[in-house]
Amino acid sequence: MAPVLELRGITKSFPGVLANDHIDLTVEKGKIHALLGENGAGKTTLMNILYGLYSPDEGEIFVHGKKMEIHSPIDAIKAGIGMVHQHFMLVPVFTVTENVMLGEEYVKAGGILDRQKAADKIREISDTYNLDINPDAYIKDIPVGMQQRVEIIKLLFREANILIMDEPTAVLTPQEVEELFKIMHTMIEQGKSIIFITHKLGEVIEIADKITVIRGGKVVGSTTPEESSLSELASMMVGREVNLVVEKTESKPGEVILEVENLKVLDPLGAIAVDNMSFSVHAGEVLGIAGVQGNGQTELVRSLTGLLQPIDGEARLCGKDITRLSPRDITELGSAHIPEDRQKDGLVLGFPITDNLVLNTYYLEPNSKSIWLDQKQILENSINLVENFDIRTPSPLTPASSLSGGNQQKVIVAREFSRPIKFLVASQPTRGLDVGSIEYIHKRLMQKRDEGCAVLLVSTELDEIMQLSDRIAVVYRGKVLDILDAKTATKEWVGLLMAGIIPSEEEKEKLVSKKKQILMI
Amino acid sequence: MEKPQEIKKKSFAIFWDEFSKSSFLVILLAVFTGIVLGGVLVAITTNEVYDAFRVSFLSGLGTALRTAWNTYVALFTGSVGDPEKISLAFSSGDPLAIRRAINPFFESLVQSTPYIFGGLAVALGFRAGLFNIGVEGQIFIGAVTGVWAGYAITGLPAIIHIPLAMLFGAIGGGLWGFIPGILKAKTGAHEVITTIMMNYIAFRLVDWLLKFPMHDPNEFTPKTPWILETAKLPRFFDTPIRFHLGFFIAILMAVIVYLLLFKTTWGFELRMVGSNPNAARYAGVKITKTTVLAMVLSSALAGMSGANEVLGVNYRLLPAFSSGYGFDSIALALLGKTHPLGVILSSLLFGFLRNGARSMQLAVGVPIDIVSILQALILAFIAAPAIIRTIYRLKESKHKEELVSLSSWKG
Ligand SMILES: Nc1ncnc2c1ncn2[C@@H]1O[C@H](COP(=O)(O)OP(=O)(O)OP(=O)(O)O)[C@@H](O)[C@H]1O
Ligand SMILES: [Mg+2]
Repeated sequence: MAPVLELRGITKSFPGVLANDHIDLTVEKGKIHALLGENGAGKTTLMNILYGLYSPDEGEIFVHGKKMEIHSPIDAIKAGIGMVHQHFMLVPVFTVTENVMLGEEYVKAGGILDRQKAADKIREISDTYNLDINPDAYIKDIPVGMQQRVEIIKLLFREANILIMDEPTAVLTPQEVEELFKIMHTMIEQGKSIIFITHKLGEVIEIADKITVIRGGKVVGSTTPEESSLSELASMMVGREVNLVVEKTESKPGEVILEVENLKVLDPLGAIAVDNMSFSVHAGEVLGIAGVQGNGQTELVRSLTGLLQPIDGEARLCGKDITRLSPRDITELGSAHIPEDRQKDGLVLGFPITDNLVLNTYYLEPNSKSIWLDQKQILENSINLVENFDIRTPSPLTPASSLSGGNQQKVIVAREFSRPIKFLVASQPTRGLDVGSIEYIHKRLMQKRDEGCAVLLVSTELDEIMQLSDRIAVVYRGKVLDILDAKTATKEWVGLLMAGIIPSEEEKEKLVSKKKQILMI
Repeated sequence: MEKPQEIKKKSFAIFWDEFSKSSFLVILLAVFTGIVLGGVLVAITTNEVYDAFRVSFLSGLGTALRTAWNTYVALFTGSVGDPEKISLAFSSGDPLAIRRAINPFFESLVQSTPYIFGGLAVALGFRAGLFNIGVEGQIFIGAVTGVWAGYAITGLPAIIHIPLAMLFGAIGGGLWGFIPGILKAKTGAHEVITTIMMNYIAFRLVDWLLKFPMHDPNEFTPKTPWILETAKLPRFFDTPIRFHLGFFIAILMAVIVYLLLFKTTWGFELRMVGSNPNAARYAGVKITKTTVLAMVLSSALAGMSGANEVLGVNYRLLPAFSSGYGFDSIALALLGKTHPLGVILSSLLFGFLRNGARSMQLAVGVPIDIVSILQALILAFIAAPAIIRTIYRLKESKHKEELVSLSSWKG
């Protein structure tokens, strides 16, 4: 039997980059095919070609052994191919039904939308695959994980047989990932095939049937989870040995850099998001903020960087109250900020990399003299940073919008790390990055810490928090439940706190002694 | 790593790659297609063509082609000049005849001048994410303040009087734009709505001013007094050529706007606010201040457009003097990709079309509206590049088609 999908010799170049170089890929029916590769390896490009968003320079696509010309998503959908993009394409003020119907409307006589019929079908799909979706809910009211399931329903609604999922797990909590995997299993049981892109190697090992690794636009190998291991996959992707464990020296905490006292912050809707938080960060230490997404982390970070004004409490940076200061004032006190949403806050996508690298220092010497920008200096600065931080781009003058997701992140990290700083707020600093880049950014973070910088690390990746932090503050519903010493804290302990459960003294003892045992071995 | 020069070279290659496949070519083809369709339109609105078709198909086709051709010849001679007449005039050596023969070209430049100011005004606003629909009203206010400075301030030498009068025009327009600017910054009122309202207020205010406080007592109809000799923008030739210094002031303003937008820290802030206000806030830019200032500068440019007309062409202010320069400016700023150089080029296109249209009407009796339709067709094609790409089977630009980001539309 012919494979469900076969790509032959797909080639695509962008100005200055060969994004896909004669890629062959075969997907079998009822299998999950994982696509692995560094940032900028060309995974998204390949999937966009398959989905008809880009046209390839060369190459052929076969579906069920039949050659297909796919020039637009409409062609792709007709061929039974559907895609869940990394950035969702939903209309927030529409209901689930309306979003699902968009582009494939059911109509009654007289051209009136038949919402009832569509909603019934959605309910049916939702039951078959255990998606737990209410067709009448508004997109803006439902959590990210559920929004993603709406995207999946959109594909199933259109009877797609080949589902492309581009980094679907990047925005999900661990529980949501588990749910997604269950759904994926149901889908393959129903005879669908899935192409799954992720940077989390553990996920690949857990769920994939087959793995194809792409590097620099070429297929460099293919394997199965049984035949490979985490470190093998990592080195296959990056082309060198990757150290998956961060080397951490003993921290030497110095004076208090940031002191937060009874901070209270409202979210944009006026509900209390940060509820009386107090903690401090010392020079030369990493304080990790652990917590499930949406427990006040976003508002905490925004209030510490001048983007949101707290309603009560104090935050002192180097002894100075910053709750009433503007973002620029805070930056000038020597703080840096890696924002959670890089495309929304961290970059001007239409600007070239050069300009994005001086986004908050353009007005200072030597980037400008009086009112004039020094473009030569800005270009030289970018050449250095592109090299030092390994930003993969054909030229520093390329607009940030045409970088791959991971390289966009590196632009931000390069910018924030390249000036002298005393305090760093890093919010999801490695979201969407490949293992090589994560290793690199983690190293840089530890280096900043060792130079005496105080680091506030906010991450929903428990592993990242456990690896990098010296102390861990677990937040739940806007409150700091506990601050643990990273040396004694265990994943279970933090996990319990993240769920809002404060372990009793006995339990703590048990958790700590367990960790000690592990350390002894 | 590469040296700066190499990087420049490489990015030039990328630029060229882009250019040959994309926007600029699309614009040229859009203009071309607009002209072809305009010709068809001329043919099907001419009675002779139908008469000829009744005789035979071929004669019908011939007449249609001839009509379209004649129309465009008239458009060309009306906007650039008649080559035959020019060479005759030069060989005769009569200075007046020469001036008459070359006048169409210079008159087109005169027509383009207010467009350049107006287009720059809209472009600067766009870059800051502001949609300044109020250019027309700001032109009127700039004309009022400019003309007032021209006739009411006396005893100055031209070298001071001219810049002062232009400055008055800029200040007048700027103040008019300050109101929607501050309303947007302080209350969030959308500038599209407020600037439209400000237009109506401007029109009626100018009507009133012309009837009462600024009315020339020697005139029966509403007009202001003539401006003083010292306030007139100097002309470079004798009659009938009206070509005046305003054109070069407009070019100078384009250079200044270019430098401001792309070479100064303030322009950097302005473009940041325009293309991603969230990132601008993150980077420490004061959005309110930048927005208000951009609005004021944009409308100051519009005000100069009005002052330029009264100081360079009309020498006094009459009712309804602008006749839509401000609204055309919005279209031509988009046509010029909101870049000062693009604005100059599209202003020239509009100026030449507008000037040629008049003689087209005189020579072949084609209604002046055909030119408006022509402009509309060209703009429609540019706004919908997909049509042009499909007609000419162009490859998609490799970079994503640059959307004119009107973040302010989102409210
Ligand atoms: N629209 C575009 N214009 C120009 N270059 C592009 C464009 N899209 C992608 N590229 C380039 O093509 C290469 C492959 O990008 P792609 O987005 O496919 O990478 P990826 O494997 O999905 O990476 P990531 O894991 O970071 O998302 C990159 O070098 C990128 O800079
Ligand atoms: Mg990608």
